[in-house]
Amino acid sequence: MIAETGLAALWLAAAMALLQLVGGLTLLRGEGKLTPLIKPAALVQGALCVVSFASLMWLFYVTDLSVLLVASNSHIDKPLIFKLAGTWGNHEGSMLLWVSVLSLSGAAIALLEKRIDTRTLNATLAVQAFVALGFFAFLLFSSNPFERLVPAPVEGAGLNPLLQDIGLAFHPPTLYIGYVGLSVAFSFAVAAMLTGQVGPAFARAMRPWVLGAWIFLTVGITAGSYWAYYELGWGGWWFWDPVENASLMPWLAATALLHSVSVLATRNALRAWTIMLALVAFAMSMAGTFLVRSGILTSVHAFAVDPERGSFILALMLMYTSLAFLVFATRIGTVKQGEPFQIVSREGGIVANNIFLSVILAIVLIGTLYPLAAETMGDKISVGPPYFNKATAPIALLLMVALLLGPMLRWRRDELKRHKYWLVGFFAISLWTGVAIWRFVPGVGVFPILGLALSLALAIAAWVPLKGRKLLRTPLPVFGMVVAHFGLAVSVFGMAAESGFSRETLTALAPGESAKVADWQVKLDDVRPVVGDNWVAIEGQLIARNGDKKFILRPQSRQFYRPEQQTSEAALLTRWNGQLYAVIAQPDENGDGRWQVRLWWKPFVTFIWFGGLLVALGGAISLLGRMFRRPKKPAVNKWAQA
Amino acid sequence: MAHRKGVSTTLDTNGRWWFGMKPKHQRLVLALVAFVALIGAGFIAAAALKEEASYFYTPATMAKAKIEPGKAVRLGGMVQKGSIVRGADGVSITFIVQDRDATQKVAYRGITPDLFVEGSGVVADGRLRPDGVFVADSLLAKHDENYVPKELADIDMNTAEHTKDTLSK
Repeated sequence: MIAETGLAALWLAAAMALLQLVGGLTLLRGEGKLTPLIKPAALVQGALCVVSFASLMWLFYVTDLSVLLVASNSHIDKPLIFKLAGTWGNHEGSMLLWVSVLSLSGAAIALLEKRIDTRTLNATLAVQAFVALGFFAFLLFSSNPFERLVPAPVEGAGLNPLLQDIGLAFHPPTLYIGYVGLSVAFSFAVAAMLTGQVGPAFARAMRPWVLGAWIFLTVGITAGSYWAYYELGWGGWWFWDPVENASLMPWLAATALLHSVSVLATRNALRAWTIMLALVAFAMSMAGTFLVRSGILTSVHAFAVDPERGSFILALMLMYTSLAFLVFATRIGTVKQGEPFQIVSREGGIVANNIFLSVILAIVLIGTLYPLAAETMGDKISVGPPYFNKATAPIALLLMVALLLGPMLRWRRDELKRHKYWLVGFFAISLWTGVAIWRFVPGVGVFPILGLALSLALAIAAWVPLKGRKLLRTPLPVFGMVVAHFGLAVSVFGMAAESGFSRETLTALAPGESAKVADWQVKLDDVRPVVGDNWVAIEGQLIARNGDKKFILRPQSRQFYRPEQQTSEAALLTRWNGQLYAVIAQPDENGDGRWQVRLWWKPFVTFIWFGGLLVALGGAISLLGRMFRRPKKPAVNKWAQA
Repeated sequence: MAHRKGVSTTLDTNGRWWFGMKPKHQRLVLALVAFVALIGAGFIAAAALKEEASYFYTPATMAKAKIEPGKAVRLGGMVQKGSIVRGADGVSITFIVQDRDATQKVAYRGITPDLFVEGSGVVADGRLRPDGVFVADSLLAKHDENYVPKELADIDMNTAEHTKDTLSK
């Protein structure tokens, strides 16, 4: 019964989306009779999606095995939290979550957006509903999550143990809010072009939505990276897996958009540019969904291997993207050129930011799609970390150089000589750091050296925009910018330190034997069996010594049943200056009682994720400032000019 | 923005800007800059792909192709029965990957994936050593029915399975 309720709610939500779309079409010919219905329909559509999603969650909660999706992805013995997380740990459920977020974004616009005129608002909701409609069709016709299974099985198949992790339970929803949230920017952009409202007011209305989606994306990517780091047991934190790229690409576009939308809001420049980025950002979200959900890629994340679904999503993506670009092509002539600015100016800096981010985006996109293109030509090719690191690292470093100076430039026009002391200072810090590392630490690559040197300079440069300001009178978004840029410096510092200075030891130890990694002496003390909810494991007890300090690490090698699979649970010892990472594997088959142990010392690796969270925190501070902006009082302005 | 001393904040919009371009051409210049940047990205990507994209081989195609030692490639096939030899250090192994027509010796140092067993499928990332041994940096094993490395899905496992006995004899 619950399953049928969920399905009915989904059909009704689709009907609401259709109603919004028709209402929107009448809007093109002036106000129609249906226009007043658009807003309520958006709210009802959101509510129906909540009902539908809650129904599916309930089915997973009670483990209703007469539902195909539950039977093939859950198990009666699974811990409760993973039963619930199982709702979106599969193709159909995650698409339902995707559509629900899309719908709720529409409802949120209808409820909260007060800054733009009614006509543009209605057009935005209609576009949002148009996008939703396609994905409702996808769910209802090719990925129905509520399909029944007759006869019902007794216990269910289980969930991939790699996905049975508390961090992962919340990772997909966070990421989805991020990249489906970008649909709002897309709908706003299309609507503003249709109604001819591309300008600062539109940019100010769009900005908080972009910022919100971007914060979730940032947190989602950061959390996903940490999950891959400790759960996969391979010691790496970014694998350039197509699924990771699928979340990185919308983030790159959204980051560029976030900066250019500020220019449009503040200076009324970069109009067409901002619109274009808004379209590209959501196109990347859809491309990501296509890559992940079509199952054409090898990945732990790719649940479904079904060509029909792949083509369906591809068709939707191509349709929406090409329609949007068609609107862009036909309407952009009506968007007037914005205010001019000099090359050396804040706008110029942001253009540099946008260009470097777009270049990185293009490189990642080409590298991700190339194997697919090659396969249609009959070649099997894989593109891995060597390509991505080599091609993106230099551009990322250029981006950091631009970031040293950009935020301290003035709007419209500035002169480099006004900042010559800072420029010389940053150059000196970078050069000194770089030469010192190169001279005293042999064998470090050029990118880690440059990364460390530039991140130190940026850690200082990030705060410069606060110089000469009265802190209490400084708007929150300025603090947000400073914190986010500082976070980037912290994160890049971690990446460079990890990639340049990690130490690794791979060995086989019998209990009682020791191994050395960096300054650590690690002894395998004992190995014993342990039992969990739905797994059994061997657990090693390692004693790590550094000087007089002594720590215990307990890595596990787990054997899951339902489905049968082994995973490595790495043990992490976190110190302020890095992490000791230990993995234990099944015994050596030569039968001499040794266990394979892999140890890493990863200096400052935690900075990568702390930095990422700081970037997101910066976004949150900005968003607070945008949402609760103090109304401008004339008296304050007078005082400021005096 | 706070008002600061130094440069005049008024703009001479009739002045010549942007390498002699007039302000009204700014949009054109920006579009050109973006276009050139994207072309540049394409070139960077093409150059890096030429060097770093790794081709997939089976033992048979690997035997035919002339692969430069040191070039990153992938190798996929079945792990031959009885071919896994573990080194004295407890972490090195060598084994033979086979398909219907050929075999290739592989050396690997590290923790093997969970489902890496003789007679099952494997994909190895790595490069050829001048002596003809394939040195793997990482191994990807066939996990279960739902998760088959993409490259192995196309190889006819049954054929490989049935020929492996004749090959290993």
